[in-house]
Amino acid sequence: MQTKKTTPWLYLAPALLVLGFFLVYPSIHTFYLSFFDRGSVRWVGLENYLHAFTNLVMLTAFGNNALWVAVFTTATVFLGLILAVLFDRVKYEIIVKSIIFMHMAISFVSASVIWKFVYAFRPAGASQIGILNAALELFHLPPVPWLIERPWINNLCLIAVGVWVWTGFCMVVLSASYKSIPKQFLEAARVDGAGEWIIFRKVIFPLLMPTVTVLATTMVIFVLKVFDIVYVMTNGNFGTEVIANRMYKEMFQFRNFGRSSAIAVVLLLFVLPMMLLNLRRFKKEGM
Amino acid sequence: MAEVKLKNVTKVFGKVMAVKNFSLDIADGEFIILVGPSGCGKTTTLRAIAGLEEVTSGEIYIGERLVNDVPPKNRDIAMVFQNYALYPHMDVYRNMSFGLRLRKVPKAEIDKVVKRTAELLGIRELLDRKPKELSGGQRQRVALGRAIVRNPKVFLFDEPLSNLDAKLRIAMRAELLALHQRLKTTTIYVTHDQMEAMTMGDRIVVMNEGIIQQADHPQTVYDHPVNRYVAGFIGSPGMNFVECTIAKKNGDLYARSKGMELLLPKDKTKSVEKYVNKEAILGMRPEHISDTQTVKQFEPGTNFKASIWVVEPLGSEKIVHIKNEDDTLVARLDPHVQLKSGDTAEFTVRMDLAHLFDKETEETIF
Repeated sequence: MQTKKTTPWLYLAPALLVLGFFLVYPSIHTFYLSFFDRGSVRWVGLENYLHAFTNLVMLTAFGNNALWVAVFTTATVFLGLILAVLFDRVKYEIIVKSIIFMHMAISFVSASVIWKFVYAFRPAGASQIGILNAALELFHLPPVPWLIERPWINNLCLIAVGVWVWTGFCMVVLSASYKSIPKQFLEAARVDGAGEWIIFRKVIFPLLMPTVTVLATTMVIFVLKVFDIVYVMTNGNFGTEVIANRMYKEMFQFRNFGRSSAIAVVLLLFVLPMMLLNLRRFKKEGM
Repeated sequence: MAEVKLKNVTKVFGKVMAVKNFSLDIADGEFIILVGPSGCGKTTTLRAIAGLEEVTSGEIYIGERLVNDVPPKNRDIAMVFQNYALYPHMDVYRNMSFGLRLRKVPKAEIDKVVKRTAELLGIRELLDRKPKELSGGQRQRVALGRAIVRNPKVFLFDEPLSNLDAKLRIAMRAELLALHQRLKTTTIYVTHDQMEAMTMGDRIVVMNEGIIQQADHPQTVYDHPVNRYVAGFIGSPGMNFVECTIAKKNGDLYARSKGMELLLPKDKTKSVEKYVNKEAILGMRPEHISDTQTVKQFEPGTNFKASIWVVEPLGSEKIVHIKNEDDTLVARLDPHVQLKSGDTAEFTVRMDLAHLFDKETEETIF
């Protein structure tokens, strides 16, 4: 039977309609709104973008997002890799891995609340309820205002929460990939004269590389959009602002639709290249 | 080059004893074959020599050195794995040179050795290919090359030919032998294929259930198997076994089954005497059974009648399955013999080449 030219479109239509209505249309509309003032009434040209790229808080947010991308991505993938490879050699592997993966089951908001307690700060002299400062007190060291001390400590403390949640995911993905490496490669290398470190560097790591790449780009995409942790723990104060939180504030606190839309478009532009990179990879692997 | 000694090597996995009390001296330059069915402990033994398995007890020596606690990388051995285990992310050149690079051999030296070995194996033009771009036979050669370039004391082969098709397997068999004659490196070769064992080894070690059954020259193992297991494992088609009772008649001993009464050779009388009126197992190789159309002169008392069940003409010979009462036997006959299914014919056995096994212990009586 000959297929009419329109038939494929018929099958695609529902998906296209849903995607168009809920994804394409809002994106285009956001883009459109980004050229208008706070009430979407007056055309302001590139003013909102000018704000997005010159406003001091926005600049801080860009810097922090860059820090998140660099530290969070490296830490989650690196720790995940180390844990995956090391736990493969222990008897109680499943139990430990389950515990670490369990963090994934905790929502970011809950994780942030938990860690807010961990980082809790009382001025010196008051009794410390945060475990970190309590530990410092034990050694007669002055308490540290973890979430206030800018610019490094508070940002890194926030990133640590994200790492705590996401390392388990990276570990599980890398562990699956590690386990799919036939053990004979490792044995062949062992017989060939390689020690365990060399085997890791020259055999295991290159074979894990495709997974590491996908994981890293996925983490980058995810972390560019980071919001919950910052929103709950500092709400962007003390120089911890990030792009997504700024977008939220412009929208729901300052009621400035124009600026908020412009920031959303900027964020999309950042995420897009990573997305394309991943898509190209999937296409290459025929997924 | 080195000799390899195993002393009372035992390996236990949980509750399973994979290798039991394995002792063997392998001479310098010897090509030795460990053969047996899957699960007989041959691969475990090989991996223990490689250092990939720790032995539960016993000692392994490579050269003069006790290597029980020496990690594989320091044992100076090379191993070829069943599925080659070529590093998929390295090209052939880097696969072959991996061990040398780890040993910090000078680059020029590596280049020379790798290219010379590639030449020897006929894979010179494949050096910049990745393993996935190679055929099974080519991968096999690269795996071999990777072992050879290191010039190790001992080669360990774990069923290296079992992933190749039949024709290539036979060709590679010959190449491996030629290679061994040239390099004269001590080689320990594991296979489940008794044909490979027969054709390749200076000595073959037949294993079953973790125990060495017999270790000897292939022909000796074939001609003088120590027990029923070895007799049945080596040879294709396998040896025929017939349960029989030993009977004495006029001073002569006979092996008697339901439909056969075969005269045992007089020179074997002494060893069989104590089995008179007892049960035993008679073993006859297919090529030692002939039809009396072809072999017209035979010792009296070595013939029996049987019906033809299946005839398999192979061109060079005819494999004929025959039935005598409850026993089915296989005979290897002249290709031109005129027999067809359903016929009844007379056969004769070379009783001087037959074997008798104890029914209880399955040890060889003669």
